[in-house]
Amino acid sequence: MPTVGVKRDLLFQALGRTYTDEEFDELCFEFGLELDEITSEKDIISREQGDQKAEGASDVILYKIDVPANRYDLLCLEGLVRGLQVFKEKMEAPRYRRVSPVNGDPQRLIITEDTAGVRPHAVAAVLRNITFTPERYESFIELQEKLHQNVCRKRTLVAIGTHDLDTVSGPFTYTAKAPNDIRFRPLNQSQEYTATQLMSLYKTDSHLRHYLHIIEDEPLYPVIYDSNGIVLSMPPIINGDHSKISVNTKNVFIECTATDLTKAKIVLDMVVTMFSEYCRLMLFLVLSSLSLSLSLSLSLSLSLSLSLSLSLRESAESIAQLLTRMCLRSEVAGDDGQIQVEIPPTRSDVIHACDIMEDAAMAYGFNNITRTTPRTYTVANQLPLNKLTELLRMDLAAAGFTEALTFALCSQEDIADKLGKNISETRAVHISNPKTAEFQVARTTLLSGLLKTVAANRKMPLPLKLFEISDVVLKDETTDVGARNNRRLCAVYYNKTPGFEVIHGLLDRVMQLLEVRPGRKHGYYIQAAEDSTFFPGRCAEIFSHGESVGRLGVLHPDVISGFELTMPCSALEINIEHFL
Amino acid sequence: MADSGLLESVLRLVEKVDGGVDSQDVAGGLSVDHQVVVGAVKSLQALGEVIEATQRSSKHWEVTGEGNEILEQGSHEARVFKAIPEEGLPQSELMKLPSGKVGFSKAMSNKWIRLDKGHEGGPRVFRTVDSIEDAVREKLQQVKKGQSSQLEEKEKNELKKRKLLTEVTVKSYWITKGSNFSTTITKQETELTPEMIASGSWREKKFKPYNFEAMGVAPDSGHLHPLMKVRTQFRQIFLEMGFTEMPTNNFIESSFWNFDSLFQPQQHPARDQHDTFFLSDPALAHEFPPDYLERVKKVHSEGGFGSQGYKYDWKIEEAQKNILRTHTTAVSARMLYKLAQQEKFTPVKYFSIDRVFRNETLDATHLAEFHQIEGVVADYGLTLGDLMGVLHQFFTKLGLKKWVEVGNSGVFRPEMLLPMGLPEEVSVIAWGLSLERPTMIKYGINNIRELVGHKVNLQMVYDSPVCRLDS
Repeated sequence: MPTVGVKRDLLFQALGRTYTDEEFDELCFEFGLELDEITSEKDIISREQGDQKAEGASDVILYKIDVPANRYDLLCLEGLVRGLQVFKEKMEAPRYRRVSPVNGDPQRLIITEDTAGVRPHAVAAVLRNITFTPERYESFIELQEKLHQNVCRKRTLVAIGTHDLDTVSGPFTYTAKAPNDIRFRPLNQSQEYTATQLMSLYKTDSHLRHYLHIIEDEPLYPVIYDSNGIVLSMPPIINGDHSKISVNTKNVFIECTATDLTKAKIVLDMVVTMFSEYCRLMLFLVLSSLSLSLSLSLSLSLSLSLSLSLSLRESAESIAQLLTRMCLRSEVAGDDGQIQVEIPPTRSDVIHACDIMEDAAMAYGFNNITRTTPRTYTVANQLPLNKLTELLRMDLAAAGFTEALTFALCSQEDIADKLGKNISETRAVHISNPKTAEFQVARTTLLSGLLKTVAANRKMPLPLKLFEISDVVLKDETTDVGARNNRRLCAVYYNKTPGFEVIHGLLDRVMQLLEVRPGRKHGYYIQAAEDSTFFPGRCAEIFSHGESVGRLGVLHPDVISGFELTMPCSALEINIEHFL
Repeated sequence: MADSGLLESVLRLVEKVDGGVDSQDVAGGLSVDHQVVVGAVKSLQALGEVIEATQRSSKHWEVTGEGNEILEQGSHEARVFKAIPEEGLPQSELMKLPSGKVGFSKAMSNKWIRLDKGHEGGPRVFRTVDSIEDAVREKLQQVKKGQSSQLEEKEKNELKKRKLLTEVTVKSYWITKGSNFSTTITKQETELTPEMIASGSWREKKFKPYNFEAMGVAPDSGHLHPLMKVRTQFRQIFLEMGFTEMPTNNFIESSFWNFDSLFQPQQHPARDQHDTFFLSDPALAHEFPPDYLERVKKVHSEGGFGSQGYKYDWKIEEAQKNILRTHTTAVSARMLYKLAQQEKFTPVKYFSIDRVFRNETLDATHLAEFHQIEGVVADYGLTLGDLMGVLHQFFTKLGLKKWVEVGNSGVFRPEMLLPMGLPEEVSVIAWGLSLERPTMIKYGINNIRELVGHKVNLQMVYDSPVCRLDS
């Protein structure tokens, strides 16, 4: 969920009234937002970098507001204010419209086929006769940054470039060229560089270096020229310095280049609709690519029956009114309770009637919905494996063993080297992107977790008697994903003497609980086995109904020291799925 | 135990006095050491309510070793005085006497003697009075007779300073009759024995009282883990509400079931390397219901089922990627798909509580794996009111009276349900929360590492109470 920081006083000024923190928190809740934090730049710097660094920073109060991830229209002050004012019925939901320039043809952006291999889509628009103030300008820049971080997925899907239209002349060309053939003076630099030079220049730039990978290995880099060959931008990395905008810019040319056309249109729509309020007239155009964006305000009709599924006991009229308050202009169409809803370009999150219903419920107030009990009649069933697990856990505790709860993820070392095994014989699944060695593999045995628990509790009085019943994960080509869980029961006995008889006694008790009698053919028995985890001659394999279900024995001294233990230890691990 | 003869002598003494008696006086009366009497008092106390004894302390003055010497031989100054004959004594000889130094200065300040420094043959000491009164010795005698109270404090302190007297604190008991007072002692039994039961002799015996202040002996027992106890209760709640348990024993899941089937777009941040554990081996899942896969692809990339869709290039390669499931909703999706394949739809209520995995930054409340609790209801015509009603019942059983943010709830999107083949009129409501968070709230644990994993203190497991969520 993105967080938007707005200056409190500017917000209140735009809302036309002040609120107490509690009142504003309440308003946010009603509107589906969350007032996350009340702070100031000074507070933030002092918290992150210490009081000294914070000295002299602004102590203007900031509201940090959590916004739903797909509500890009609430990512700036302008959008928030518009949404809240309409919600409080202080203003009407705006209708956005595309306007052609009074004199002259619309601007054009020509997309060449060279872009197909690297970044195939582009859309563009112009905001004409805009009046920036320092605050508006700051908000304009911040909105682009927020969009870049969220819907643009760190510029991979979409990158936004904004330019002073009066410094360049159309038509514009979006093309792709070899890095050495692109040469221009980038934003805030004093000399020209080739694209190749720029990539190495920005290797150390704390901000830009995160975007280089998007085009770095491509043979052609995307670039936008004006009709005189001036470079506007090299998306998604950097704009040219020539066309840079300032607080005094009057006409803004906005281009969005993308790998995802739908997202590009959403982003362009957001920038344009949010800042059109500062224009005398808003002019918008997209050309050359077949896309048109802003005109795409779809209408959906809803039937009154959907209000029943929301449990809103409201007339069609009042539902239409609720929706209108959410910037979804609605009216009742006809006598059968149909509601006609207009979706503005700001609400790209609305893609199905259910999104409209959600807004209606939000405006109605979730807490005003009457609670009902579904009449769904069902009979409960336990999963047999979990039922058996629950029953065995109780009886293992009754047998004097204490339950441990250990992690399913661990290091390769835990399940292999430390147990005297080779990782290749474990059938373990491997994680490709672990942040630390603790998450290299899913465990193939519960034993290492129990031994680590013992190691962390060496100060406790002896003996330590621990058990766990939980899942391990094994590769298995017969399943759709190539792996499956296996439910295991593991127990350890840690004391000054190995206590094989204790662990053996526990096995006998477990078998008794599972109604398996000692015996070769139709019961269980143990038989000497070789296993590198165990002390030679002190390991046995457990068979039930002729099938091997696990092992028990005294652990190998190397295993004991491998887990930083000092006393002898005996252990038992069996597969309980066999007993279902 | 002190011998019963002594005990009975003590008891007889106590019988004679009405208000009680000090153990020191008892010692005096019986001519035994006070410590012996103290032992006797303790033995008598152990017999029950025979006597009552309260400890008290008293201070008294005692003559020191040096003081006793003075009592025998007189004070140092008196001894000096006596040693000086009529004709005087050279000072050097006087100083050789045992009491010489101290006695000389004291006798000088008492003006009993004088020093003639100019005497021929060296300084010489002479008496100045004919007789003296040895006040120091007399005062010590008074203390010795137990009449120290007749001396003034100043005098006693003066003698204390000269290390002739010392003030001693004595702990003693004030003994009075108890509610079961008797002058004869019956030996008390410590425990009831089979022989006593057989012979009936327990009727005549007196039994030593138990000390109910002490703790008992801890039973030799095993213990269940507190988080697992809470899991048991959550299972119980779901079962009481008629929910059937889903098979969640598959930690490895394909991105298809974990994300795509839930209408989660392929560029969603949750599908990032930073949030999800991907597998390198086995890296890909290779089997999906083919028709369903096509419908999922279509609803993402083109829309349909009343949806605009996300309109992007949906890739099977993304869907195939194996991961450690990030939520148990992946299993709910499998179950709902299975439900949709039934010939006729039947309403269901499902639940699960099992592990899920997130490759996120770890802190005091976040681990890479935790348990997710999930409830799902699928039926014709379910409403938001139904969702809120079910949630209310669930959280009431949980005993969470104050609503705190512990989870999420909602109605599954048609883009998820319709491609599965569920009837259009069927709604599915669901909610989820973590098992750890309510447990931490319930037990006031601030760091999740104190609750889960191999580093937990087993003492915490040993000491944890039963789990009754609703109380």
